[in-house]
Amino acid sequence: MRRRLDVLICSGAACVSSHSEAVRDALRGEMERQGLSDEVRVVETGCMGPCELGPILLVYPDGAFYVRVRPEDVAEIVEEHFRKGRPVDRLLWTDPAARRLAEEKRQIGFFAKQQKIVLSNCGRIDPENIEESIAAGGYEALGIALTERSPEALIAEVKRSGLRGRGGAGFPTGTKWRLVAQAPSATKYVVCNGDEGDPGAFMDRALLEGDPHSVLEGMAIAAFAVGASRGYIYVRAEYPLAVRRLRTALEQARRHGLLGERILETEFSFDIELRIGAGAFVCGEETALIASIEGERGVPRHRPPYPSERGVFGQPTLINNVETWGNIRHVILRGASWFRGIGTERSPGTKVFALSGKVNRTGLVEVPMGTTLRELIFDIGGGIPNGKALKAVQTGGPSGGCIPANRVDTPIDYESLRALGAIMGSGGVIVLDEDNCMVDVARYFLEFTCDESCGTCAPCRAGTRQMRGILERITAGDGDGEDLERLRALAETVRRTSLCGLGQTAPNPILSTLEQFADEYRAHIEERRCPAGVCTALIRYEIASDRCRACDRCRRVCPVEAIAGAPGEGAYVIDVARCIRCGRCRDVCPFAAVEVRSGG
Amino acid sequence: MKAIRLKIDGREVTATEGMTILDVAKENGIRIPTLCHLDGLTDVGACRLCLVEVAGQLVTSCTVPARDGMDVRTKSEAIQEHRRTILELLFAEGNHVCSFCVSNGGCELQDLACELGMDSVRVPYAYPRRRVDASHPRFIVDRDRCVLCGRCVRVCEEVEGARTWGFAERGSAALVITDLAVDWGEAESCTSCGKCVEVCPTGAIVRKGASNAEMRKQPELVDRLTQRRARG
Repeated sequence: MRRRLDVLICSGAACVSSHSEAVRDALRGEMERQGLSDEVRVVETGCMGPCELGPILLVYPDGAFYVRVRPEDVAEIVEEHFRKGRPVDRLLWTDPAARRLAEEKRQIGFFAKQQKIVLSNCGRIDPENIEESIAAGGYEALGIALTERSPEALIAEVKRSGLRGRGGAGFPTGTKWRLVAQAPSATKYVVCNGDEGDPGAFMDRALLEGDPHSVLEGMAIAAFAVGASRGYIYVRAEYPLAVRRLRTALEQARRHGLLGERILETEFSFDIELRIGAGAFVCGEETALIASIEGERGVPRHRPPYPSERGVFGQPTLINNVETWGNIRHVILRGASWFRGIGTERSPGTKVFALSGKVNRTGLVEVPMGTTLRELIFDIGGGIPNGKALKAVQTGGPSGGCIPANRVDTPIDYESLRALGAIMGSGGVIVLDEDNCMVDVARYFLEFTCDESCGTCAPCRAGTRQMRGILERITAGDGDGEDLERLRALAETVRRTSLCGLGQTAPNPILSTLEQFADEYRAHIEERRCPAGVCTALIRYEIASDRCRACDRCRRVCPVEAIAGAPGEGAYVIDVARCIRCGRCRDVCPFAAVEVRSGG
Repeated sequence: MKAIRLKIDGREVTATEGMTILDVAKENGIRIPTLCHLDGLTDVGACRLCLVEVAGQLVTSCTVPARDGMDVRTKSEAIQEHRRTILELLFAEGNHVCSFCVSNGGCELQDLACELGMDSVRVPYAYPRRRVDASHPRFIVDRDRCVLCGRCVRVCEEVEGARTWGFAERGSAALVITDLAVDWGEAESCTSCGKCVEVCPTGAIVRKGASNAEMRKQPELVDRLTQRRARG
């Protein structure tokens, strides 16, 4: 029987976490029961993007997009939609702003402003089936590279495309390739940096899970261009699904003659080995990653020499980020001029971002460079939840900075973000609203870098700890007038004198918040006040007597018996001295009578 | 080998290709403070005290090769301030109480504090309680006095070939360990050669029996040894 429908079910890590596998099993079972297995095919794909709405189903050819599907919804979908052709409205995507039901995927604003190049196959094909990848154009660029192009021509093409490293620093990819190609050595390596560790970042994970072959293909093309015969993919152990799909992809590519000896029956041989990271953030730094590949302790080494001269096992090494590798096949297939036509003059192409924090549609998005933060957060992300106001956008994770709300019309590219004291970074975008305390945000990131400092160089090891200590004092209400100056001076030394990028960028969250939100720091120090009502040492909970209905809910949940009152009688009262400011009373109050106050 | 010309603190100097900036400075009698560097061992650039300014960037002179036409500054006020800050950070993260230390008067950390005019520590002390290990019959390691320069780790691997010393943990919890973090006295790979004692710049690794301010070391032994070995 001819197949009528393809049902794509997202099996990215976020959807798996919200039990997409149970939905998949229910779907297959139900189809079996109703005798539809031959007519309707269920395909597991990589991440489709709107992670917060998972598990999601996309039905082709009609484009119906189901969200938050539970196993018990499956019978209805199969019966009504697959059998009778009537989509189940209550499970279709509803636009949060317009409250409009989207009957088809292409009507959904979340997707309208995106341009998926790197992620073009992610969420469209089964990542564990190489034939689907090949049918979608996979390995075509490798074929062209090996049979129709010279290594020099490939490097020139990548250079002309203007592609820059997507790991965050934005180094021109073609220049890196040329350096390795020119390095005089018979043995060279190509490495994929998949040690994605920024809090709130999951771009690399999504690509490795959703289209691993695009990464393998990019690496193989580069290996041919620079003269390497061996590659390593370094991926975090915390990404078990990515590791599994990479293993499958490697095995399938070898079986199809796309990796290994004499690829596509040419003289070119190349194979890739997986290396699983043991959980150190610093291993995302290229020299630490190289040490870890070699089986050494994963700590950075001084540069020069750069990896392009002496990398893995002392040999010239080309190391690029997952997303950079994912761009290569498109650059080769469609050409540098096409690539340059997307994005901005100095930052061509697209960028994948992981949207998280205080935004309605958290998830994975890909937009042309030059898209503004406003478009990213409001048009694609659906704005800030609960009618709150946007306060800042944190980009670049622990190496990045906070961009204040009044600069959200800034187009996103490497230079403009740097000019604002933030960085592009690998693509984590954390949206902060009026309830976020910027001093607390800086403290959070310093706690992170302090814990993740490898301890090799003195300024990073001891300096991040001292800066963290000052921020902890300030958020505890014990800051003094000289703390800001001390912070600035320490930040300057750590930034300028640390051994590797981790230490050199660790002060950025402090420097950018000091620059943009100095008032908030001063409120903590001079007035012992946390304007956002976050820092527990500086806030107190009060019950507004005019709104309290004496329902007794708050008193019952208070873990320290700090709330006094009797049901039905006068307004309840919180004993400030006893209160531990856990906020449970505020969470349960149905009348919004519990208020957070800070200062005077 | 190719001869190169560069400027250090405005002075024209000549050198041969392959020398580090620190090598060139030393050869010309220009003092650059160092701590983790030791002649005869590979350089890692861990302590960051030998920073110099080249084309607006701060680089470690012990690891960066001198190049023809380079213009190096070793002593601006900003550089000295960074060095003092780093020293203060080192003092504050350990328990460096000179008057109670066996290495008082023979300590490179103390010498650097004098040289750089570090007259106070502007950051709070951490007062760590790290483990003292006196299980070895002849030596003691007092980790409260360790600055994690890694000289013991390098000399043990590169010169003695034992690889007894290594690093464990990370960040401010990082520490030097013997074998797989066993007591030094139980570390089977240790040959008790004592090179780690001689190269340790502070009172962290010392000989038993030395009392207050009695410990003196000979870090220059390593360079003599490696040079003699190279000559065969």
